[in-house]
Amino acid sequence: MKPEMGAKGMEMKGRGSVIDSSFSDLVAKESGESILACYQCQKCSAGCPVAYAMDILPNQVIRMVQFGLRERVLSSHTIWICASCYTCSVRCPNDIDIAKVMDTLRHIALGSGIKPAEKDISIFHSVFLDSVKSKGRIHELGLIWQYKVKTRDFMKDVFLGWRMFRKGKIKLFPSKFGGGREIKDIFGRYKKGG
Amino acid sequence: MKELSYYPGCSLEGTAREYDESIRGVCEILEINLHELEDWTCCGASSAHCTDEQLAIELATRNLTIAEKGGRELLVPCVACYSRFKVAEKEVQEHPGRQETPYQGKVRIRYALDFFCDDSILNLVKDKVVRSLSGLKVACYYGCLSVRPPDITGVRSYEDPQHMDRLMGILGAEPLPWSYKTDCCGASLMMTRTDIVRNLSNHLLEMAEEAEADCLVTACTICQANLDTRQEEINKEFGHKYDLPIFYFTELMGLAMGHRDVKKWFGRHLTDPVRLLSSKGLIK
Repeated sequence: MKPEMGAKGMEMKGRGSVIDSSFSDLVAKESGESILACYQCQKCSAGCPVAYAMDILPNQVIRMVQFGLRERVLSSHTIWICASCYTCSVRCPNDIDIAKVMDTLRHIALGSGIKPAEKDISIFHSVFLDSVKSKGRIHELGLIWQYKVKTRDFMKDVFLGWRMFRKGKIKLFPSKFGGGREIKDIFGRYKKGG
Repeated sequence: MKELSYYPGCSLEGTAREYDESIRGVCEILEINLHELEDWTCCGASSAHCTDEQLAIELATRNLTIAEKGGRELLVPCVACYSRFKVAEKEVQEHPGRQETPYQGKVRIRYALDFFCDDSILNLVKDKVVRSLSGLKVACYYGCLSVRPPDITGVRSYEDPQHMDRLMGILGAEPLPWSYKTDCCGASLMMTRTDIVRNLSNHLLEMAEEAEADCLVTACTICQANLDTRQEEINKEFGHKYDLPIFYFTELMGLAMGHRDVKKWFGRHLTDPVRLLSSKGLIK
């Protein structure tokens, strides 16, 4: 049974962490997943291929959500490192779609004003969506260029790019604009980032 | 003649050109007519679902709506697009009216690997094989989204899938048992955290080599790109000498069925497959 919460939940401070008691309800509602069902078997973390690069493990993320450690979770590297491979989701004995919860946490993080711990990954997603918005399709070379401009890392993969170009894998010019008005409308409805 | 709608997806216009070319080539031999969706747009890929669920659903359903008007099954080669379409389909079917889309959820969405591994197609393929790929030991690499999550993909044996292995067997190749069939290559972190991609891809190549595979076969544009284009960097970073070509399964279908353009497709790989195939007497 879920504990009763006020409209905004309670905020408590202790040992340097802010506890937001409405956080687990919010994550459960947005993701549609039963966060409270987790009993910490740690199967998700044991099978996670990118656990080694995470600052908090997937099972710890779920525990911290249960405890309402909102800021700790939303400022973690983990929510951005998750590669959405769904290994955790299919192995969870309580049917929690952990990959989906990670998605939800990214959505909440983007709207929270908390700085994403993996800056480049969030830049990549935003550049990617800008590209879809303006061209309808992803033009890979254009996307890579925009990403480089935003991250100021111009040398990364330059040689690889040249080798791929010589193999005919790099398309120089974008396809004709697809979608037109409809794509603009879709992004118009998406207010947060639109 | 079978008629299908076709959604190539963005990467098949660029880095995964040989996947597009080999699919079209294989369909030509199997007498399958592909109708490319008119004015298709990006499915939203990982960036949309990492950012906003509604945006992800709407970008996907825009394409499904076009396919629905065509009334045919929709062939989708890229697993990321496929996964986004299936998630959108589920949402529309389970919560009709919640999203702003005219899509009714009626299109049969077929992932290219599943489509070509269907018994009806395998029977056609059997009759068209002109050059058995005997002696070619392959590690079938399914990756993540082609099998997971099973309520989206419908794949029952998602921990140890067999369908690509069966197809390779029909082509005359020898599919090997190995334990990394459905492990992740690092996927969409390919541009942002390439250190993670190199590390995970290194594990995959190591396991395929340990299984004594000559090459890996994939059905995913990101897996192919990560394993093929970064193999040289991986060798440098981890001190290996991998020389494992990474094929799209449709390229090997084309080779076995004698398509004239196979050399053009193989010429687009960064880890050269021609040397291997010549040594096996499979290509002149």
